[in-house]
Amino acid sequence: MQQFSEAFVSALNMIIGGDPGLGEVVLLSLEVSGSAVALALLFGLPLGAALALYRFPGRGFAIISVNALMGLPPVVIGLVVYLLLSRAGPFGVFGLLYSPGAMIIAQFLLVLPIIAALSRQHFVDLWEEYGDQLRSLGSSRIRALPTLLWEGRVNLLTVSLAGFGRAIAEVGAVMIVGGNIDHYTRIMTTAITLETSKGNLSLALGLGIVLILLSFAINAALSIARVATIRQGS
Amino acid sequence: MNISSILPLSAKNVSLSRDGRLVLRQINLDIFPSKRTIILGPNGAGKTTLLRLLHGLVVPDTGEVLWLGSHAGMQYRRQAMVFQRPVMLRRSVYSNVMYGLKFSGLRRSQREARTAEVLRETGLESLAKRSARKLSVGEQQRVAIARAWALGPEVLFLDEPTASLDPSATKAIERLVDFISNAGTTIVLTTQDLAQARRLAERVIFIYNGQVVEVADADSFFLSPQSPEARAFLSGELLWPGAAGMKGPRLCVG
Repeated sequence: MQQFSEAFVSALNMIIGGDPGLGEVVLLSLEVSGSAVALALLFGLPLGAALALYRFPGRGFAIISVNALMGLPPVVIGLVVYLLLSRAGPFGVFGLLYSPGAMIIAQFLLVLPIIAALSRQHFVDLWEEYGDQLRSLGSSRIRALPTLLWEGRVNLLTVSLAGFGRAIAEVGAVMIVGGNIDHYTRIMTTAITLETSKGNLSLALGLGIVLILLSFAINAALSIARVATIRQGS
Repeated sequence: MNISSILPLSAKNVSLSRDGRLVLRQINLDIFPSKRTIILGPNGAGKTTLLRLLHGLVVPDTGEVLWLGSHAGMQYRRQAMVFQRPVMLRRSVYSNVMYGLKFSGLRRSQREARTAEVLRETGLESLAKRSARKLSVGEQQRVAIARAWALGPEVLFLDEPTASLDPSATKAIERLVDFISNAGTTIVLTTQDLAQARRLAERVIFIYNGQVVEVADADSFFLSPQSPEARAFLSGELLWPGAAGMKGPRLCVG
């Protein structure tokens, strides 16, 4: 217990004092997960919209797949991306393995099904509400998309934060494809794993606290956004 | 704007089923220019479906809907529809009306001018900056009508626009419909409210159980309805849809 409180105090000191090692790791974490989520939104929202608004052969299977892939274990994604990016793999020539780029790819694949599956449900609801009216005004489904994105912006923000939460907290995939290289691919979760096994508990705990604070900050921002939208007239 | 009329609108032998139930059967009707046509009938008669079909949101299983004898459909945007429950976008009244013109092909400056004009004509200027979703349902319905009217339609379909409104909001809507009708737009409005039908109708299409039972000028329809179903409806004995197929008519005093 004393060990814990000591570690806790020194962790707080590191955070308040702006420890450079800690800052570097936190920044890279945000960078990797942020890029992965941005990419996943770019592909996942159109995919979710397509699954919601269009009828095509194989649609049912696609919906089941996307839903099932939401629960994919990060280590499995890490392994697949590792095989693809390793020297002998099909994308080995790019030399991406053990780089932040590889970590972004892995987290992108992890988050993509989450964005697609969750946004699909929102697009179904949005189309239910607005579809007839928009078609009546002469809009096609594809041209309705920007309107639906804007009308459903709060819910879709929730979706992206759910994706971000998953990415920032996972350790399995980035560990395998990033390699946890100091000053290069070390992020919060892989650092916590390493520092814990090394017995460097204050750094591990400091990173843990940052992770928890991030989670609080994200949810607070979300609540504020929601209240603001309701004030505007939900 | 009126190059040439898109009317008359005709439905020919139109039938439609939903979930294995025949919602509309063998509908034949014509809508003529500058008449206020009221589609009258009890709940579940198929009024909403018929209107959506005429508007072009639904395609019939059999039969066809023809504008001036052709399959022009919705693409000409010379007709618009107002839904029973107003669908407001999360933005101001002004932007909602402006949005109605988004797909009209007009330039931005033209859309702005038309929006300002419509808000003035429909008496919504004072609400222009308000958030549309925070208005009362009656106000929202007036915005929805203004948004449809902005398109400059030759025909305006209204699906029970006053179904859930109080008398003063109903009156405001009816005044607006009057105004649009007097401006030369053909009105096709569904209702189950007899008093409203009497106030607004020039021509009545009475439908019951998915079929057109009677078509008549308003005066003769209300004075001397020809069909037993219309007589029952006018005397306040509302027939349940589907009763015809059951043992003896089930009556419900409405």
